[in-house]
Parts: sequence; C-alpha cells; structure tokens
Amino acid sequence: MPDLFDKRLVFVTGKGGVGKSTVSIALGMAAARMGKRTIVCEVSSQEKASSVFKVGSVGFNEVKVDDNLWAISIDPDESLREYLLLQLKVRAMRDLLMRSRIFNYLAAATPGLKELVTIGKVWELAQDDRRVKKAGTYDLVIVDAPATGHGVGFLQTPKTFAGIARVGPVHSQATTLDDYITNHDATGVAIVALPEEMPVNETAFLERQLTGEVGVAVDRVYMNAMYPERFTADEASKLGRVLELTEGTANAAVRAALSQHRRRTSQIEQLERLQRRTRTPVRTLPFVFQPRLDVPAIRALSKRI
Amino acid sequence: MPNVGDMLEGKRVAICAGSGGVGKTTTSAAIAAGLAARGHKVVVLTIDPAKRLADSLGLEDLGNEPRLVDPELFERAGVEMRGELWAMMLDAKATFDELVRKHAQDEETRDRILQNRIYRQISNALAGSQEYMAMEKLYEIDQEGSYDYLVLDTPPSRDALDFLDAPKRLTQFIEGRGMKLFMKPTGLATKVVGRGSSMMFSVLKRITGIDLLSDLSEFFQAMSGMVDGFRERAERVNELLVDPATSFLIVCGPQGEPIDEAVYFHRKLVEAKLPVGGVIVNKVHYETDADLESGEVADELKKPLGKELAGRVAANFADYQALAVRDAANIEHLARELRAKSVIRVPHMDEDIHDLQGLLTLDGYLFD
Repeated sequence: MPDLFDKRLVFVTGKGGVGKSTVSIALGMAAARMGKRTIVCEVSSQEKASSVFKVGSVGFNEVKVDDNLWAISIDPDESLREYLLLQLKVRAMRDLLMRSRIFNYLAAATPGLKELVTIGKVWELAQDDRRVKKAGTYDLVIVDAPATGHGVGFLQTPKTFAGIARVGPVHSQATTLDDYITNHDATGVAIVALPEEMPVNETAFLERQLTGEVGVAVDRVYMNAMYPERFTADEASKLGRVLELTEGTANAAVRAALSQHRRRTSQIEQLERLQRRTRTPVRTLPFVFQPRLDVPAIRALSKRI
Repeated sequence: MPNVGDMLEGKRVAICAGSGGVGKTTTSAAIAAGLAARGHKVVVLTIDPAKRLADSLGLEDLGNEPRLVDPELFERAGVEMRGELWAMMLDAKATFDELVRKHAQDEETRDRILQNRIYRQISNALAGSQEYMAMEKLYEIDQEGSYDYLVLDTPPSRDALDFLDAPKRLTQFIEGRGMKLFMKPTGLATKVVGRGSSMMFSVLKRITGIDLLSDLSEFFQAMSGMVDGFRERAERVNELLVDPATSFLIVCGPQGEPIDEAVYFHRKLVEAKLPVGGVIVNKVHYETDADLESGEVADELKKPLGKELAGRVAANFADYQALAVRDAANIEHLARELRAKSVIRVPHMDEDIHDLQGLLTLDGYLFD
C-alpha cells in the first residue's frame, strides 16, 4: 500500500476539537513542499484555512493560498448545482428541477444527499480528467472531514446510496465513489486524536469502523498536542523537594514544571492506551506553545508530520 | 466570584451548550452532581458520557430513562449527598418512536410509520433530529415535575445552534407545503401541479434511480394525522426554552476559536431572547503574578537545581505564562462581549477528568 502522501485523496477525521483542521493544513503544507499540487477541502463552511492564510473567504472556489497549495470550502448546495449542471444537458429539465419547491425540499430532507454530493465533489477534484471546465489537476486532495459520529456516516454515504438505488445513474455513480474511497491505492484516512480519555476511546472505535464496515485504509493515527518530555522522573522528584524551599515567582516556576511533568505522564498513559487499541502505528504531534496557530506555527508542525 | 449556584438561583432547567470537545459532558455531570450534593433532586440528560465516567457513577448501562446514582458512591468519596442525582443517556431513535406511539391515531398508522423506510432514515439521520429529541426528552421530564433541577448536555453538533432550530425544522419538514401534495393524491392540488411534479419525479428518478414517490407518499399520509400533535408539542418545547426558569450555560475553551464561537453563540441566544446564565471556560491556564524575569528565575533556582535544570524550569515557566497571558486576553474579550454576565474559569487540570473524584475536583471551581 502506498504512503499517505502518494495517494490522491486523504480524509482527515476524528472527534470534535482535536485539531483536524490544523492537521489538514499541516499535511497540505508538507505535501506542497514535496512538490505536489495539493488542495485542502473544508466541508463545514468554517473557512479555517482562509483565516490561517489570511486570504479572505475562499468559498466554493479553488483559491491558491501558498506555493503548490490551494483551498476550497465545499458547500453542498453548490456541489449539487454543479452536479446537476454536469448531469443534465437539457437546460429546461435542469431549470425545472432547480425551481421546483418539491425538489428543494427533497434535496434538503433526503438523508445523506449533502454528504454524497460533497464526496462527489472531492472525488471530482482528485481526477486527472476534471469535469469542471478549465480546472487544474491536483496530485493530492486533503479533506478536513466532519467530526466522528458524523464521520463514519460521511464516508459510508456512497455505499448506502449504492444500496438504496439498485440501478440507474445514482447507483453507478455512488458505486464509482465507493470504489474510489475504498481503493487503498487511491484513498487514505488520517485520524486525529488527543491524549485524553474520550478521544482515545473514540479513535479506537473509529479505526475499527472505518477499516471494517466502511472498508477504507486508515494510514495514520496522529496523537495531537503531546507535551514534550522536559523533565525526567528523577528531576521531578528533585523539583518536588525544592518546591517548599522556594517562594514567589521561583515557586510558581517549579510548580509549572511539576505540572508539565504530570501532564506529560498522563499523556503518555493515554498514548500507550491508544497504541494498544489501534492497529495503525500512532504518530505524535507536539503541543504548540504559542498563543495563535498561525502560518509559521503550522508550518513548523508540518515538518514533523 | 461568579458560581453556578448563583447562575441557577430560581431556575429549574440548565442547558449546557457549546461546540464539540470543550468538556460539555463533564461540566454537565459536575454541575448536576454539585447541585445534588447540596440537597436538590437533580437529573442530568447526557448524550455520550465517557465510559469511565459512567462506570465510576455505577451507570454502565445508562438507558433512555433516568436512573438513580448510588449515594453510597459519594459517601465513599468523602462527600455528603444531601439530595439525589439521577442520570440518563439520550437515545434519539427511542425517543422519536415514543413520540410516534403517543401521537399515532391508531395501531395501524403507528406500525406503518415505524416501519416506513423514510421514517427510519429520518429518525436516525435527519439533521437536527438528535437535537430535537434532546429537547423533547427534556420537556417530557420537566412535565413529570419530579425534579428540582434538570441539566441537559446538548449533542455535539457542528454548529452549537442547530438544536435551537431543530423543533421548528422538524415540523416544517412534516407539514411543508410541498409535502401536502402527497397527502391528497386526488385533490385539486394534484390536478394543478400534478403534471409538474410527476415530471419532476420522473427526472429525479432518471438521475437518481430512486423511486421515492411511494415511500414518501406513504410516510406523509401516515404522518398527516400527527402534524397537529407534533406542532403543538414543538411549541411547548419552545416555551420551555424561553421560560424564565430555564438558563443556558455556554461551555467553551480558552483558545481564540472556542472563545469566538462562545461570543457568537451568546449573541444568537440573546437575539432569540433566550435566557443566558453565564459562560464556563474550561482548561484555563492561570496567570501567576511574576515579579521576576525568566533569567532571574533561572538564577534563583540555580543553587538548588543546578544551572541546566534551572534553565529548563525557567523556559517551561515562560511557555506556561505565554499561554496564561493568551487565555486571560481571550477571557477578557469574552467578558467584554457578555457585559454583566458571569464567566467562570476552570483551570487546566494536570490530569484528564473521567471519574467521580474528578467531578468533585471541578465542584470547587464551579460552586465556590
């Protein structure tokens, strides 16, 4: 199986608040540095990439944010419109659909349709022969996927639709999408976790579901925001003895060092739990001791990814 | 100091809201436990508690009905339990099914709905159905009137506001104008728009290959008798949300992004005229009054620790202080936006909170 960076489409997923967007951008920067034309796709209209790169709102456009690096915010309504434009050559038919209240109702209410057209769009971005006219090709498409819970459902959508529509265009297109995302040479998944109880549990569960029911390749598991080992156990006990002898700022500094050591120890326990419970080797990413995750901070992270 | 006790004075319902990963579930559990220990009968409705937390409360198999947490557990942890703590885990599908059972006019309709393919998809997956069911369950338990306090841990939606619209969206979906067409297959409406919609369905069938028509018409015909019941129910749920006895507690983290979300969320709640009790900021790095520069700290610690270790301790302290300065600035921004409303700060603990002992640690920061 090829390395994550040699695939065409990569989904970054995990529990809410673990740093998926940051890891997606860092992966994008790393790939761009290797000379790959890379695009980072957001699916929740939060526009994190554009705010990091300070390029204004990117919207449903492929906007260049850095050397070899593009960003897009995928809006399901726009994706559906684009899909219909490509699908229905007869203009009258298309207009009939777009104007129809019932169709708009159905489109909004059909469970999974938004997810399906979103996956359809990222698949389209990953093709050599782009359907969108005059569009460039990408070597790597990175998707900042929805949080767990919704995450598995998201990647399972094509399979579900292929099952519901047993024949016809949706069946064949959903099958194409499912074949692509379950093709381990083309598509990969990176799960992001935090060294805490719940994220570790969910990551282990997510990995099983993704590799099992969904059938995608989980290439990487990132344990994010790991504290560095700054003090050994011996040093910590020395600090513990010195604590009472100090006062004021020096005392606060010693307490901070002891706190750092305790957090690191508890994080290592969580890291070991995660390693025991996942099949994919776990990689760690350092905690960023910086007030804001700006471009230089994420670039530094991208060098360790 | 602001505290949860004051925020909830004279209230009956506390709704903990905020984006994912900020500690909503743990905070809800700690608030409920704290209120119960102080002599109230409290129920906490949770969505997905950490297994170790549920285990440590003796609630391995939490179900869709409240269960009493054994007071013995608190006594053993050295806390006097003067009230009662009840807990339940929300099962959206089961709650939706209960609602259908309650409102279906007869058994046949009930079974037709429960077995309908569209219903089964919707009750699981319609955006907002989990949020709606959380509200529904809250309303149901409130109607029973047997608790002093109800604490709701809201579902981890991408947008913390989803659940506010959920009741409205659900009724709109069921009673939508377009959907009425299905309910009167031979009515005038069909004759007028019939050609357009049957063409629409044939186009839809052509591009999707799905014949939704039969499932949908069955679903809406079965549901049509329940629309009034649902709508009335949704209105009452909304009344509970704006009730003066309800209080929204916004839970967030201290980083820029969660703070911005909390500010946005607060604004939306105020716009919707919903009662906001205050904000709880978790995992805050506290600032220390440092009267020494990093170099001076290293100098002072050189003797007991040695030069090299002292240098590392000083550098680590500088990192901690930088985070504390950031958190303080973010919280100040938050407090300015909220004007008079309380902000409670809970420190970043050295260990993850996932048991009763951890909840008791939080208690001191939330209630004192």
